Amino acid sequence: MVPVSYYFALSAILFALGAMGVLIRRNAIIVFMSVELMLNAANLLFVAFARSFESLSGQIYVFFVIAVAAAEVAIGLAIIVAIFKSRQSIDIDEMSSLKG
Amino acid sequence: MEAFNLVPLIVIFPVMGLLLNLAFGRRIGERGAALIGIAAVSGAFVVSVLQALWLAAHHEAVIVPIADWISIGNLSIPWAFRVDTLSVTMMLVVSGVGTLIHIYAAGYMHFDVRYKEDPGSFARFFIYLNLFIAAMMILISGDSYLMLFVGWEGVGLCSFLLIGFWYQRNPDGTKGLLNSQAAKKAFVANRVGDFGFLLAMFILFWATGTLSFDGVFEHAEELAPGIILGVTLLMLLGVTGKSAQLPLYVWLPDAMAGPTPVSALIHAATMVTAGVYLVARSAPIFSALPAAQVTVATVGALTAFFAATIAVGQYDIKKVLAYSTISQLGFMVAAVGMGAYVAGMFHLVTHAFFKALLFLGSGSVILALERAHHPLGSHHDEKGKHKEKKHEHFDPQDMREMGGLRKQIPLTYRVYLIGALALAGIPPLAGFFSKDEILTDALHANVIVYGLLTAAAFLTAFYMGRQILLVFFGGPRSHAAEKAVESPSTMTIPLIVLAGLSILGGLLNFPGIHPLTHWLEHTLGHELAHATEFNIAVALFSTLLAVGAIYLAWTIYGRQPLKANEPDPLSNTLGRAFVGMENKWWVDELYVALIINPYKRIAAVLADVIDWQFWHDWVHDSLLAGGFRRLAHFLAEPFDLGVIDGIANGLARLAKGLARGFSFGQTGFVRNYALVTFFGVVLMLGYLVFSS
Repeated sequence: MVPVSYYFALSAILFALGAMGVLIRRNAIIVFMSVELMLNAANLLFVAFARSFESLSGQIYVFFVIAVAAAEVAIGLAIIVAIFKSRQSIDIDEMSSLKG
Repeated sequence: MEAFNLVPLIVIFPVMGLLLNLAFGRRIGERGAALIGIAAVSGAFVVSVLQALWLAAHHEAVIVPIADWISIGNLSIPWAFRVDTLSVTMMLVVSGVGTLIHIYAAGYMHFDVRYKEDPGSFARFFIYLNLFIAAMMILISGDSYLMLFVGWEGVGLCSFLLIGFWYQRNPDGTKGLLNSQAAKKAFVANRVGDFGFLLAMFILFWATGTLSFDGVFEHAEELAPGIILGVTLLMLLGVTGKSAQLPLYVWLPDAMAGPTPVSALIHAATMVTAGVYLVARSAPIFSALPAAQVTVATVGALTAFFAATIAVGQYDIKKVLAYSTISQLGFMVAAVGMGAYVAGMFHLVTHAFFKALLFLGSGSVILALERAHHPLGSHHDEKGKHKEKKHEHFDPQDMREMGGLRKQIPLTYRVYLIGALALAGIPPLAGFFSKDEILTDALHANVIVYGLLTAAAFLTAFYMGRQILLVFFGGPRSHAAEKAVESPSTMTIPLIVLAGLSILGGLLNFPGIHPLTHWLEHTLGHELAHATEFNIAVALFSTLLAVGAIYLAWTIYGRQPLKANEPDPLSNTLGRAFVGMENKWWVDELYVALIINPYKRIAAVLADVIDWQFWHDWVHDSLLAGGFRRLAHFLAEPFDLGVIDGIANGLARLAKGLARGFSFGQTGFVRNYALVTFFGVVLMLGYLVFSS
């Protein structure tokens, strides 16, 4: 059986990739995908620990996260479409009109 | 029922009369208003007679308490009436003579209100007269100095109201303010006296702890001479004010501005004798200190002589009588001052008779001339003509405009002659007995006083002779004097009754039997009410003087009657002295120069310095307004603009600066925010991991 630490490392790598993506990329869809990556990194860890501790609650959490993420994607894509409609771009750096 | 229980009625009746007239006087007409007024006073007279009859049987003084009045701590002054021989004597005089004068006034005022073109004032006159009777009754029947003082002030008020009865006119009937000024003068002069009386009361209360007569007299013996001297001198000041003695007499001649019944009732018969009554009532106090008695007697005697000299030089028929009244009041004050209380009261009573008679007679003369000058009746159809006549100057009180009136108004002449002879002291008329008693007492007590009074008596006979000769003898000196008309019977009947009283008044204290002395003995005590032996030498001497004076008057005014527009023959004989008499020895002018002008100057200075400069300019303008303005200025500029606005603006500026500072972090780049959040989470996690 694959030890938990491997899952942990993979999850950390995935999360770091996701965080990098969010911080570095300007394309809103990529940023979105990076967020999903971070969520799934967390999911992976949940499942790994659930398995190792033989507890179902971690797996139940994962279901919740997937459901919420699905809802988030639905709303987030709709927002991106709306932004694109008004600005003809989905570069998030251009969306800085709230600048102080 | 005992008669003394009725005594409150002597006040209640006049008060009811005045209330009725106040409510209905204008509606019920002259006859109704006059009847109410007369009924009120005659009711009081009947009650007074009942008191007298009861006292004649019982003698002892009775105190009739009505109600608690002032009751504070130890001070208890009930509203109580005192019925004793002294107060009842005064009650009889006031209500008796008052009734006669009310009847006379009904006739007199009928004409007077029409000549003054204000018939609505008829009821007002009777309201004031009844108010006066009520106040006078309180004065003489009160059982304490404080009640006496209430009446004292009340009669002063009525005197003021009645002197200024025609307050929009001058004494000669023209429009002006001289009557009001005379009223004011009387009030102010009386106020000076009242202040003395008030202080005397304060001292009495301080020294004895009570103000009721019996309570005070109980302690009279124990009081220190200094206190008695203070009390008596201050009371004397009150007496000089109310009873018109030197130096405060000046208001009484001016008081003649009032209608003639007022002069008779208030300024001759009753109110002005209040001072004499006060001294007689306070006999135990005055008798305790000879020095006080001498002072009072001297003031009275000096006044008697001084006023008599002025009366000689007057032309106004009422002014002569006014100075004569002052002079006769001087006799009374001198008498009570010498301790001859009975003689003083005797003269008070007889004087009330004959001086009321003389004043009412002079009113009859004045009215006779006025009615001849412009008859009533033609008032409406000949209004224009009537008005025109009014403009020509005619003073119906000037004796130089009279003359020969004995033929036109014989009844008035006869009663006037009786009054004048009674005043001059011709036996057997009332004035002879009372004046003679005073002179006899004076001879025993103080020769100087006797000399002054005798000289005054001589002058009295002279000026009355002069007046009779000027008014009733010789030829008429004006068209009005030729056509003078006799007064109606409402006026002449009181005159006849008073003439009868002036003839018979001497019986009141007839030498040998002395009924008044024995009557007053019950109140004053045997020592103070001693019977004076009839001194034939004094009587003979004064009678001779009186007759001589009248003869002298006849040689000057009778042999060659005064012609119209001729100067008084006395002015040639007496020269400068007559000018002095004519001008009242310039006492009024002296007072103006000595008191009124300095007073006005002080008032002006005080008004300028105290009121205007200190109070207005400094306290109000500088201190209050300026201080307020400076405070407001300070609060407005440095405080409001500086501190309050500074706080508000500072807060705003702070918020603005902070906002500007924070807005640097608000880049608008989502990735920035995400980075910050990321580091935040890292920091928090790091903290949580490493802190545990």
